[in-house]
Amino acid sequence: MFETSELNQRNRKTQKLFQLLFMLMTMLLITPVLIILGTLIYKGGSIISIDFLFTHPTDGMTAGGIFPALFGTIWLVAVALLVSVPVGVAAAIYLSEYAPDNWLTRVINLAIINLAGVPSIVHALFGVGAFVIFFGFGTSILAASLTLAIMTLPIIIVASRESLQAVPQAFREACWNMGATRWQTINRVVLPNAISGILTGVILEVSRTTGETAPIMFTGAAFFLPFLPQGVFDQTMALSLHLFVVSTQVPGVPEELPYGVALVLIAMVLIMNSISIAFRMYLRGKKKW
Amino acid sequence: MASVDAQLARNTYDRRTLDWYIDKVMQVVVFIGGISAIIFIIGIFVFITMEGMSFVVERLDVVEFFTSEYWFPSDEDEPEFGILALIAGTASVTGLAMLVAIPFALGAAIYIGEFATGKTREYLKVLVELLAAIPSVVWGFIGLTIMNPLIIQVFDVPVGLNVLNAGIILGLMAAPIMTSIAEDALKAVPDGYREAAEAMGATRWQVIFKVVLPAAKNGLLGAVLLGVGRGFGETMAVLMATGHSVNLPTSIFDSVRALTATIAAELGETAVGSDHYGVLFTIGIFLFVVTFMINLTADLVVRGVRKG
Repeated sequence: MFETSELNQRNRKTQKLFQLLFMLMTMLLITPVLIILGTLIYKGGSIISIDFLFTHPTDGMTAGGIFPALFGTIWLVAVALLVSVPVGVAAAIYLSEYAPDNWLTRVINLAIINLAGVPSIVHALFGVGAFVIFFGFGTSILAASLTLAIMTLPIIIVASRESLQAVPQAFREACWNMGATRWQTINRVVLPNAISGILTGVILEVSRTTGETAPIMFTGAAFFLPFLPQGVFDQTMALSLHLFVVSTQVPGVPEELPYGVALVLIAMVLIMNSISIAFRMYLRGKKKW
Repeated sequence: MASVDAQLARNTYDRRTLDWYIDKVMQVVVFIGGISAIIFIIGIFVFITMEGMSFVVERLDVVEFFTSEYWFPSDEDEPEFGILALIAGTASVTGLAMLVAIPFALGAAIYIGEFATGKTREYLKVLVELLAAIPSVVWGFIGLTIMNPLIIQVFDVPVGLNVLNAGIILGLMAAPIMTSIAEDALKAVPDGYREAAEAMGATRWQVIFKVVLPAAKNGLLGAVLLGVGRGFGETMAVLMATGHSVNLPTSIFDSVRALTATIAAELGETAVGSDHYGVLFTIGIFLFVVTFMINLTADLVVRGVRKG
């Protein structure tokens, strides 16, 4: 009685075909990367050990560990966060809580998009011109971290703004009705409800900052240093630059060493990212409103 | 007690309590944070222009700069500042990367956004997000150590660090980001459109091709443009995977050098204030202006769809 017409069958066939095609494309996008990650683990896994993580490089960086690079990356990320988190959260609060729908807000949004879109090497040039030369910080952790902070600012602004805007408007209105000022409302009602979302953005930013190489090349990261940085005005080694150096600049490096460095770097970045994603999903599940 | 009463009495008429002042101060603080992005973007332009200015004014021959393929900026007697070969390097690598990335990114976005359901969809989205997080220096390393021997072996060419290598690497890098943005654009199409089409008896792929894709057209174009901007500005991966030799490419197996990579490779060797130093900042200004244009266009295109 309900025989499918010829047209119907043909349509169904086309649909199956397209679904298969798009699935194939998705798989083709993902598989090479998984193969590459597998290769990294296969070739670099053998060198990873506690010693590798916690000793200095030796023999002109052809042997030994990566401790100064690891230590330097933590320094760079920490100082960058000290700057970008307050500025980024303030910007997000302004955009979510205060900004009227006018030309200034549109310009701010455009500036944020552009800040994220400017090539990383241009950020490096800016870091050299502004922090290293103009403000006289020299090539130092401070100059490199400030460059990184400005570069990753859009990440924290966008994540924080989204999480602030997710707080229902009724929460604010209830608070205003009690006679609270705007800031009291933000400080005691909006921020506590958005803080975990902001934290997700911070973790994402840590992950991104860890992997950046170009912006720190000329602003504060050194190819090799025999000692650890003592303060923000010292230069430092960094994990991302270390990978570049051992894979292109140093002759006679045993094959597994750069693979090991790449593996540590990518593990740090992906673990941070996964934590951020898992945290976001957990929050979404827990949301009360 | 009296003072408390007095304070209360004053509060009744005068709203300027401590909290009132804090509120005003915080409003200013937050506003400064808000316009910080504008300050920084202007700062970037001002500072790179400041460093590149003396070169632009004294030495730059605009025609030669864009049309000469000779790049010998550190030659002591007759330095040559032509970036045509560098532009060709960047353009060829970005172009090939887009050929690789656009079909796969859009295909993946359609699959994730329109076909995949439930858990599969969530997993794929997470996977795409993680792929987008892989640092560019790691991609460069992959081009150097994995793609390089592979290309030599498969295509029987002497050098595996070339346009093909960097194009594939850059394509794989840009695709996840484009997928995410494109998927957002598809998600922005109201479900009512899909339901209306389905109610008319349209099949899934008819809904996608005749309704969803046309409706999301601008958002998808925006995703592509942002991918182009990303490829254009990528530094470490192209530095490591292109072979880094100044060359007008005639085939995808030629080694080239990109604009961004040139700055990254040469800035460390130059003396502050020298012509070579100045020309690298001039390239920086060029990169800034071009990416600014691309981002602006992408923004206008995406905004167009919201209005319509």
